[in-house]
Amino acid sequence: MSNSDRRQFMKKTTALVAVSLALGLPIGINSAVAADFPTATVNTTGLAVDDTTVKVGILHSATGTMAISETGSIQAEKLAIAQINEMGGVLGRKIEVIQEDGASDWPTFAEKSKKLLENDKVATVFGCWTSASRKAALPVFEKDNGLLFYPTFYEGLEQSKNVFYTGQEATQQILAGLDWIAKEKKAKTFYLIGSDYIWPRTSMKIARKHIEQHLGGTVVGEEYIALGDTQFGSVINKIKLKKPDVIYAAVVGGSNVAWFKQLNAAGLNAKKQNMLTISVTEDEVLGIGGENLEGFYSAMKYFQSLKNPNNEKFVADFKKAYGDNAVIGDVTQAAYLGPWLWKAAVERAGSFDVDKAVVALPGYELTTAPEGYVKVDPNHHLHSKLRIGQWRKDGQADVVYESDLIAPDPFPKGYQ
Amino acid sequence: MFGYSMEEVGNIVVMQGFSGLSLFSVLLLMALGLAIIFGQMGVINMAHGEFMAVGAYTTVFLSKIAVSYDIVNSYFVFAIVAAFILAFFIGYFIEFLLIRHLYKRPLDTLLATWGLSLVMQQIFRSTFGAKEVSAELPEWLLGSFKPTEDIDIPINGVFVMGLALIVTVGVYLFMYRSRWGLRVRATMQNRVMAGAVGINTKKVDRLTFALGCGIAGVAGAAFTTIASTGPTTGSLYIVDSFMVVVFGGAASLMGTIASAFGIAQAQSILQFFMTSSMGKVATLMTIVIILMMRPEGLFASKVRK
Repeated sequence: MSNSDRRQFMKKTTALVAVSLALGLPIGINSAVAADFPTATVNTTGLAVDDTTVKVGILHSATGTMAISETGSIQAEKLAIAQINEMGGVLGRKIEVIQEDGASDWPTFAEKSKKLLENDKVATVFGCWTSASRKAALPVFEKDNGLLFYPTFYEGLEQSKNVFYTGQEATQQILAGLDWIAKEKKAKTFYLIGSDYIWPRTSMKIARKHIEQHLGGTVVGEEYIALGDTQFGSVINKIKLKKPDVIYAAVVGGSNVAWFKQLNAAGLNAKKQNMLTISVTEDEVLGIGGENLEGFYSAMKYFQSLKNPNNEKFVADFKKAYGDNAVIGDVTQAAYLGPWLWKAAVERAGSFDVDKAVVALPGYELTTAPEGYVKVDPNHHLHSKLRIGQWRKDGQADVVYESDLIAPDPFPKGYQ
Repeated sequence: MFGYSMEEVGNIVVMQGFSGLSLFSVLLLMALGLAIIFGQMGVINMAHGEFMAVGAYTTVFLSKIAVSYDIVNSYFVFAIVAAFILAFFIGYFIEFLLIRHLYKRPLDTLLATWGLSLVMQQIFRSTFGAKEVSAELPEWLLGSFKPTEDIDIPINGVFVMGLALIVTVGVYLFMYRSRWGLRVRATMQNRVMAGAVGINTKKVDRLTFALGCGIAGVAGAAFTTIASTGPTTGSLYIVDSFMVVVFGGAASLMGTIASAFGIAQAQSILQFFMTSSMGKVATLMTIVIILMMRPEGLFASKVRK
């Protein structure tokens, strides 16, 4: 959108708002906006955009192992889209969702991406959860020049023109958290434990370098658990023998539940042992049980208990849509940002064209995010804060620390 | 020794010994139901894990009711009985509907029960939601028992151990000391002959399958104390269950017990001295090598072929 266009748009909308207010009419800003943006000019690449609607895709696992985690993301994205539609949509066009199921199977993610981009011609996709699913879908997005908003905190080491990462990359989640616990608990010795796949392994590599080079601490044990393993007896005994000041944990899935239950049963609770984990959000607590987590810490950018007006509204809206028992974890909030960021990108570009939207988004500041202020970096990740939450028995966390805004650094020098 | 005091080493040896025994009872409880269905009947039941999940969800469901009536401290025993009964009847029904048509086609039962496992997983997901849930556990199952200041024996581990013992003795008495068990063994050894002497072999099949499922339900209920309950929880156990039964020698109860004990001790000790994932790899390698030398498993049953 050129400057004069934008000025004209502002003028028209302002006038319209004034008139509708004066007449006591419901504000219909966007119907005017849609007429201002003829389809031929906002959609030059043949996307599924017409005069009244725009199609977008949601691609998560609604079935299979990962449904546990991805359900929250689907709900958050749908909520954001519904809210955007209530406000009049994007460039005056209502968003229509085409939802596909990745079924926890990575090749399926690639196949469905292809379907969404090539058959349905969606303007953008909100989706993927595990790194494996993103890696499978990425070549399709790059080949077809699609746009993907990816919600999960992940290991970094990636940056694509076609993807915006609304979760944290590894250094944003790890470094500030380790600094905090080293200072707060005067921790010198660390025991690293994670599930055996790329995200925990990359994260632990960064954590070890940070502990050894910047904190002057020592890693007394580093351990990886096969995915789905539920027996931790021997590992817990090793930890008891080594007596680390802090256990640093990134165990996921069914193993995560078993890990905390068995740790607690073996007498290692928060009274005796400090633990900082990067893999427990409110979603996981449902399965683990608050009594097994009480007193341990999580490092995340978002907790449901955050106190700010944005978040209070978000939590209320989410519960209204999905029931009072619904909980919101870190990734669910990050997924909620996707549609809002895409809306901003399209409106800043004045076009649904992927090439234009992608260039328009960096530098954008979203002030209405439940987590607070975030800013989009030229490297397609978000500037965000790190928070440390201490778990309560009721499954919510007390935020005990909040960092400054941390710039994303997906390719951290000295940590690889 | 290695910079640790004798007392520390002593404490760890005690706790490590316990954790080996605890793993043994988990594996045994997991495998007993399958030992009956696969070992005795030759049905490759890929949905075994889902029957465990039936037990787990029963427990979670009853725990919610127990919370609202404030009887959390006493419901757990009833939950185990209920898990057995429910899994038993679902198994009974499934045998009637599906399994009995496939006795002559053992490889098809593999596919059919695998399909059944997917169906059951999706039913759990649609009914209870995709997220993991946890059962409210009674106070007496939480925490640890401390004989000395530095030794912690997890109470839930002791509980699973006790339950494994009771179920094993129960299965032994049923199979080898009751008339029902006699009929089951007769049918499995020679179906035609058993029919000829007046045993209703169809009824025997149905009850045997249901019994195996019921025991899986008990295992699932017990595992809510140590691990997760979710739609795909069952798939965490299926591989280990088959491993124990096959390694033990499919048709022998003693084999299953010995195999669970051997695997548990090997894994527990190796995981202590190596990293966790390497310990598991080493255990599996050992099993593969032993099975190459003894394809029938540890305790091969002596049958004339």
